[in-house]
Order: sequence, then C-alpha cells, then structure tokens
Amino acid sequence: MTKNKLAPTVTGTSVLGIKFNGGVVIAADMLGSYGSLARYRNLSRVMKVNDSTIIGCGGDYADFQYLQSVIEQRVIDEECLNDGFGYTPRGLYSWMTRILYNRRSQFNPLWNVFLVGGLQDGEPFLGFVDKIGVAYESPTICTGYGAYIANPLLREAYENNPNMTLEEAQKQIERCMKILYYRDARSINKYEVAIVTKDGCIVKPPVQPETNWEIAHLIKGYE
Amino acid sequence: MTSVLSDINQEESHYAPKQAYFNPYEQNGGTVLAVAGEDFSVIASDTRLSQGFSIHTRDLPKTYKLTSSTVLGACGFHGDTLTLTKILQARLKMYEHEHNKKMSTTAVAAMLSTMLYSRRFFPFYVYNIVAGLDEEGKGCVFSFDPVGSYERETYRAGGSASAMLQPLLDNQIGFKNQHGVTKTPLSQEKAIKLVKDVFISAAERDIYTGDAIVLNLITKDGVKVETFPLRRD
Repeated sequence: MTKNKLAPTVTGTSVLGIKFNGGVVIAADMLGSYGSLARYRNLSRVMKVNDSTIIGCGGDYADFQYLQSVIEQRVIDEECLNDGFGYTPRGLYSWMTRILYNRRSQFNPLWNVFLVGGLQDGEPFLGFVDKIGVAYESPTICTGYGAYIANPLLREAYENNPNMTLEEAQKQIERCMKILYYRDARSINKYEVAIVTKDGCIVKPPVQPETNWEIAHLIKGYE
Repeated sequence: MTSVLSDINQEESHYAPKQAYFNPYEQNGGTVLAVAGEDFSVIASDTRLSQGFSIHTRDLPKTYKLTSSTVLGACGFHGDTLTLTKILQARLKMYEHEHNKKMSTTAVAAMLSTMLYSRRFFPFYVYNIVAGLDEEGKGCVFSFDPVGSYERETYRAGGSASAMLQPLLDNQIGFKNQHGVTKTPLSQEKAIKLVKDVFISAAERDIYTGDAIVLNLITKDGVKVETFPLRRD
C-alpha cells in the first residue's frame, strides 16, 4: 500500500454560504496557505458546476483540484448525452457525500470541506460535506474559522430577514469576509463570490474590499 | 544504555514535529429516546447537530421513518448515520419488492443487528433505537450497541444525554426505587408528557442536546409527528 496522505499541505480557509429569496451565495477568499506561509495569493476556491449548481471548497487545494477535474469531466459527459438532464444540486451533494465517505473509509481522505449551492425545483439549496462524510443542509453555513466568527452573524441576519434579496445577502457576505480578514490569520483581503439564481450562476471577479486599521494600534500585549 | 529520561531533550521535544493523524470518527451529539406502551410506542430525538463547541445545524431530527409502523432513532457519528440509513432504506425496498409486504419491526431490528455486525472491525459509530409495533400490534422498542448487540425493552435512551435520561425513566416508567407504588400501565398522554419533560431536563445540562424535539407517536393508524422547541444555547 502506498502511504496515504494524513495531513493537508496547501490549504484554503473559511467558506461562507447563505440562501436568499430565489438563490444562494457562496464565498471564499483566494489565499492558498502553506502552513502559516501565505504561499498562493490568487487561488479560486469557488466553482461553477453548471447553470444551477455551484460549490465552494476549504482544506487541501490539491484534493479540491482533483475532485474539480472529476466533476468537470462528469458534467461534460452529461452534456454530451444532450438529453436535457444535468447534475442537480441535491444530486451532486449526495454524490459528494458518498465519495468523501468512501475515501475516509479507505483511510485515504480527500482533506476538504465543501459547500454545495444551487437551485432545484425553484427552491434554493445549500449543503455541507466534510472529509469524513458528515453532511447536512442549512440556510447559512460557514466552515473553518468562519464557523465561529461568521456563522452567528449570518444566522442572526437570516433569522431577522429570511426572505433576503440578493443584494442583502451579498452585503452580509461582504461584512463577514471583512471581519474574517481582520481576525483570521490564514486569510487574505481578496475573495470570490459565486451566485445562483433562476437566471443561472456566475463566479464574480475577485473583490478586494477597503479595510480600516485605525484602531489596530490600540490592541497591545500580543506581540 | 542511557536512561529514557535523559534521552528526552526538553528543548527538542518541544519543537519535535507532531504527527497529525486522521480520525475517521467524530461525535456529532444528539439524543434519542423511545418508550413502548401497550398498543403504541413513542420515539423522540432532539434536532441539534454539533461538532465540538459549534452547532452545525439546529434542524436535523435524528429519527428516520422506515415503514408505516417502524421508526429508527440514530445518533453518534453523523457520517455513519447517513450511510447506515441509506443502506437500510435500500434493504427495506429490496425486501418489499421480494416479499410483497412491508418489513415488520422485529425483522427490521434483526436485520439492523446483522448490518451493524457486518462492520464489526470498523464499526458504524451509531447508537440505534428501533421503535414500532410488533406482529401482535403491541408497542416495542429495540436498543442496539454500535456493533449490533440488541434486545427488546420497554424504554431506552440513547446518545449524548442517555446517561441522564435513563435513570429518570427507570424511576418513572420502570418504577425503580419506589416503595408502595401501584404499577399502572403507561398511557399515551403520560408517555408523551414524560418524553417532553426529560428532554427539557437534558437540554439544561447537555450541550449536545437542544434546539427542538421531534416526537413520533406510532399507533395502528401510522406515525404522528410532533415538534416543539428546546433551549437553543
């Protein structure tokens, strides 16, 4: 037996996802960390699968690229059939749970967390899958550091306004990505957002939000 | 030979590379509880899915309706729970097509036991409780350990708060440690009230139990599902 990978190498940090009225937004920053080294500063961690499905990925970047190539080939094979069918968000999500669970059972995990988003039968879908096959659906999902910092904020925003517009959802995502950039040492001030609506899905060009470090000098004692 | 102690250089051991190893299991929490009455059974679970100190979702019931008279409660490692329930549903469908009838609760329990034991040396880390009606229409509860050991009981709590709930049920349903008590049979209303009460108590003390309860009442008329809130902190 070849030695299985038992630790990730180049990694991505938090992924955020939220449903809104008529779609889903998924966001992730563009840093590829090599341990504590900020090694790659322009890696895309969100992906358009087809016109109704997007995914976002955290964890090992090589494993993400592997699964990405598998998914892309399957989407091409599916399109070649030209039967009007394609991967649905739920279908892809279910398939990914099986792939990840199967790999963990062989003690050769794909060291990732995935968010799967999409529109199915007119309803928004947002699901989570991790490297050992734990999976669930929820209207807001954040992974990694974001689970502690961003998810409480997104949950509150969603509870106060369950029928958010796309603009409101994007506002919340931008706010959370900014907060994560201030507090997560493995993050970078550049992120991508993928959006699904009934008109299809897009991965928007990277954004670099304005930041303000005026109060940073007040924080002392951690040097 | 130098002693083991002198071999360990404090400075070096502090900076020694740590081997992070892969753990295929995780404790996702949750509690299930089942009670069998004369002609009914009740099976309930909370709806919280956690991991360490964070809550994955507040809306994930851990009861799975298998047939019109059988409900499974399953908690522990959620990845295994998903796989196990998926295989179970497939096996039930195969049975239905082969035998042209629904599988009985007792048969579901026997099958689940062999399914769990088939993974004896890489277990499904899942605590299962099956509740339903037996062939005579009597309420029945079967409890399992993760590797398939099982028995029929009248009440059982499983999962993260099981050690808190079980003694309470021993006292209130089993009439244990009570003197001069008349052992009245359990009514539907009392069973449901009791289940709600013990879950409220469990949510007070167990951080892996909370958010809401999903309660399934199984009678000859089918499964009635009821939900009510628990504390969310």
